[in-house]
Amino acid sequence: MDAGTANDVSRRRLLDALLSGGILAFLGSVVYPVVRYLTPPKVHEVVATSVVAATVPELKPNSGKIFRFGSRPGILIRLPSGEFRAFSAVCTHLQCTVQYRSDMERIWCPCHNGQYDLAGKNVAGPPPSPLEAYDVMLKGQDVVVSRRA
Amino acid sequence: MSSPAAPSSRLLAWLDERLGIGEVITFLRHKTVPKGGHEVWYYFGGVSLFLFGIQVATGLLLLFYYKPGADSSYESVQFIVTRVPFGWLIRSLHSWSANLMVFAVFVHMFSVYFMKAYRPPRELTWMTGMVLLGLTMTFGFSGYLLPWNTLAFFATKVGTDISGLLPVVGPAVARLLRGGDEVSGATLTRFFGFHVAMLPAAFTAVLAVHLLLIQRQGMSEPLRAKTDSSKEGMPFFPGFILRDAILWLGVLALLLVLCTFLPWELGVKADPFSSAPAGIRPEWYFTFMSQTFKYLPAKIFGIDGDVVGICTFLIGGLILFFVSFLDRRAGRGERSPLFTLFGVLVILFMLTMVTLAYVKPY
Repeated sequence: MDAGTANDVSRRRLLDALLSGGILAFLGSVVYPVVRYLTPPKVHEVVATSVVAATVPELKPNSGKIFRFGSRPGILIRLPSGEFRAFSAVCTHLQCTVQYRSDMERIWCPCHNGQYDLAGKNVAGPPPSPLEAYDVMLKGQDVVVSRRA
Repeated sequence: MSSPAAPSSRLLAWLDERLGIGEVITFLRHKTVPKGGHEVWYYFGGVSLFLFGIQVATGLLLLFYYKPGADSSYESVQFIVTRVPFGWLIRSLHSWSANLMVFAVFVHMFSVYFMKAYRPPRELTWMTGMVLLGLTMTFGFSGYLLPWNTLAFFATKVGTDISGLLPVVGPAVARLLRGGDEVSGATLTRFFGFHVAMLPAAFTAVLAVHLLLIQRQGMSEPLRAKTDSSKEGMPFFPGFILRDAILWLGVLALLLVLCTFLPWELGVKADPFSSAPAGIRPEWYFTFMSQTFKYLPAKIFGIDGDVVGICTFLIGGLILFFVSFLDRRAGRGERSPLFTLFGVLVILFMLTMVTLAYVKPY
């Protein structure tokens, strides 16, 4: 009798395990493809290495311009001295697009008041790191910006 | 043979035979709402419900013309507000009612909180309510992007980036929300799907449970009012429901005034390759968070300031969600000044940040 009861119990436990395991496997086989479906596939990103950001007459000293660098925005600045500098325009804080403030002579992010100096260094507000700097070359009247190797 | 009953009562009898609605009618006839000076707060749940109804109705109407997509969203909303007869009204109603709904939901939540109505046996009512609050804010966040204007574009960029700061799951969540690495047309399609299909389905289901629980358990009474059991309640039908109806009509009138005199702006079309404009801010009910992010330093004790910020908000939200279990004194019917203080501090913090966002943004 005792052996029979023990047998019943272990049989029940086996059935319970099979059933709950089956349910879990079923749920997994439903949820997994859905989660994978919702996760966007990696698309080949256009990696720009070099782009004509502006022409020299386009930018007066102490002004800035947003340009398209691959799939992300970049910012080209002409310093009051006339020198050109270029950085990624994506704020390192929460990825807003920054702008040049001629009154402050700084790069400024309006979303959370982050500030960078003209070397792209984060100097005030919440940004945790500097803006990525790009190389700027003049080819005739074209201002060519390229990613640093 | 008895005289034939009136058609309405025959219909009622026919329905009763099949559905047993007699029980519902008896229930409604005996249902009362407690009185005692605090009942003004009971109306905000109903107002939220009414505004949700407006959202559903106007949302369905907007679907007839709205076309999601980076090249069509802005243009279709522009078409709705400029060309479609009464399009301006439907669109403004949807936007204004959304804002009033968020406000009503917040008032409802805090009034329930301060009356400690979350105490047993109403834990589930409170928690489903908190889920509804979360869904309401998600509705607001996803709907904000749909006209595809500059403000919405950057608000979504920041908002999804903040979700990316969540420990462990953050980056995956941000990608899932955006439909890629950046906020783009793919994000718009997703947000549209969330806003018009997934969220309404989830909201309706949770709302049904929330309302059912309220009907099962009746209205909670504040602790101080409980001792006085001699007072009679107000009959739910017709006393309370008629007052509800008058208030709903008042809210509708207010909405129409707002839509007529302050129609909701469409703004400038989003351009992913332009700078974020000065004065950018999210919808007012998110400004308490966005304003806080302006003051957080880059590092706090070696941890990213934003991560500390988001984790603090998360913990605050969790305390509110589980307050039924945390506030044991209220559960025993005693006063719990600590939790009252917590609520007061939360409100003060939110009001300060919202005010700063509008008065002194930088």
